Amino acid sequence: MKPRVPAGLPAAAIAATVLALLPFTLSGYHQGLASEVAIYFIAILGLNILTGYTGQISIGHGAFMAIGGYTTAVMSHYHHTNLILTLPLAFAFAFACGVLVGIPALRFSGVYLALATFAFAVSVPQLALKFSRFFGGSNGLQASRTVSHTWLYATSWSCAAILFAVAWLLLGGRTGRAFRAVRDSEVAAVSTGISLPIYKILSFGVSAAFAGVAGSLFVIHTNGFAQPNEFGVILSLQILIGAAVAGLGSLWGVLAGALFVGLLPNLSTSVPLIGSSHGQDVVFGLIVIAIMLLLPNGVAGLLARFARLRARA
Amino acid sequence: MVELARRFVVRERRPRRTRTGVSAPVLAGLAAACIFLVIGCLSSSIFAQQTVAGLAQGVIFSSLALSLVLIYRATEVINFAQGEMAMATTYTAYQLTLWGISYWLAFFLTLGIAFVFGVVVQVAVIRPVQHSVIAVVIVTVGLFLLIDGLVTWRFGADLKFMQAPFGNAVYHVGDVTFARQDLGTLIVSIVSVLLLWALFRFTKLGLAMRAAALRPAAAALVGVRVNWMLAIGWGLAAVLGAVAGLMTEPTQFLQPTMMQAVLLYAFAAAVLGGLESPAGAVIGGLALGVFLNLVGQYVGFATSELRLPIAFAVLLGVLLLKPTGIFGHKKVQRV
Repeated sequence: MKPRVPAGLPAAAIAATVLALLPFTLSGYHQGLASEVAIYFIAILGLNILTGYTGQISIGHGAFMAIGGYTTAVMSHYHHTNLILTLPLAFAFAFACGVLVGIPALRFSGVYLALATFAFAVSVPQLALKFSRFFGGSNGLQASRTVSHTWLYATSWSCAAILFAVAWLLLGGRTGRAFRAVRDSEVAAVSTGISLPIYKILSFGVSAAFAGVAGSLFVIHTNGFAQPNEFGVILSLQILIGAAVAGLGSLWGVLAGALFVGLLPNLSTSVPLIGSSHGQDVVFGLIVIAIMLLLPNGVAGLLARFARLRARA
Repeated sequence: MVELARRFVVRERRPRRTRTGVSAPVLAGLAAACIFLVIGCLSSSIFAQQTVAGLAQGVIFSSLALSLVLIYRATEVINFAQGEMAMATTYTAYQLTLWGISYWLAFFLTLGIAFVFGVVVQVAVIRPVQHSVIAVVIVTVGLFLLIDGLVTWRFGADLKFMQAPFGNAVYHVGDVTFARQDLGTLIVSIVSVLLLWALFRFTKLGLAMRAAALRPAAAALVGVRVNWMLAIGWGLAAVLGAVAGLMTEPTQFLQPTMMQAVLLYAFAAAVLGGLESPAGAVIGGLALGVFLNLVGQYVGFATSELRLPIAFAVLLGVLLLKPTGIFGHKKVQRV
């Protein structure tokens, strides 16, 4: 990790400064968009910890976002909890759920795990529909207050910065090395004394907790409404796409992945010829396929290639 | 002398039975389930009706699950766009009937188009990223969005109707009413599964495809064109998917989202059966269809919102007991 610090820290500092100054130049609508990018940033960061660093494929992170989002909505709707306070609650509750999902997930690997988490992603919104008395059914459950665009922008990017720092410290240290050992070879990891259950479950928990915070902010972003169809399968797929675009197993592409998933659907609605919501799917699908064909390691892989070129020059 | 002779006697190798991966408890469980169904059908007409309807639904899950298994066996990846490809080919059939072609001619033309479609998809976008499972998964997710968008753009999101392939007649056997549609679906799907099985079992092409899937390097050495075999596998999977789509159409009608739920059930069915076993996929699909219909009929708590969660709860339960599915093998992992 040592040689990375000088390269990464200035970049992070510049990004933080730009982000802090941005709200003064953006309109309310664009601040909303920027907050959406922050939300995807957090979710992709979380998925990257699990899939990129620990090698456990998850297509179910939309479900953890739903859990975090409904935590916020329920606490705010029924108990009038301060929205800021619901964020750590969502973190903790999603962490617990992640651990609970992580325990049976120990039995699966590879494609089976992908499908099991996918099943989880499909089932959770259905549960919100089934217990509609408590969760408000398909109309959703509304938090007791709404917030301004600037409030949301500041909160979501602060959360993103804090969680990025947490992820960076966690992954750079002993835990991160253990995660990567589990990813690269489970047998080799066990034989060097790394406990597979502990690290896999921990990875699931942390990853879910990140997604939970993202979900909580997502609910605040949609005027405080938590709705089952907002947390559908498509959301899980978008996070996975974002993580792939960002590049799995590296933190430096996450912002690019979040920009891609957060902004592209909004930009492509203004494409001439097919500027409709279906045209948006077409463009999104095409670009995803093109990126996977041209940049199999995502933006992080591209950055690494540039870094190597510069080092050689 | 005796010692020496003993040393040189080549022990005769017992002919190895091909492993089907079915253990005794699994077989006993399946037999018990069948007996339960037969007794239930004989004692209650509603039960019989639900069972037949469940089989008709299950056989659709089976077809799509089988197409997933075909691809999984060859390349160990899951095609998330399988359902959307099936949906697109069903729309193709719809377009053909709009041009005045009769239903069954359109049916067979569509199967041909689906085959070409599957091959083209494999060659154009899957082959370049074949080496990485996650890249293939993401490309298929991209295909999912792309096909969905294109079809919605061309045909709109509203319901379309095709001519019912088997008519709307019903048969009465005692108190039980069977829809001709359900029986037709069962027959068409079973015939296509059997044809596929025969292709794999009795033709040279099928042999080459199996070889390419099981031992790509060795198959290439004896002259099998592995890449083309994989492409043909995708084509055949698309054909099975097209059958599933065309058989779903009479009950769900044509809409861009028609195959999404079916795909989820097909995932469940394929994993139940072990993902590597074609027979497992078929049995998994049928079992899931019947089980969901019976639970929906007799368990009050299981309302329609819970259909998918119940399917996946069953799946998780089975996987926790047997992580490689009912018919799966455990793989030994080397470092």
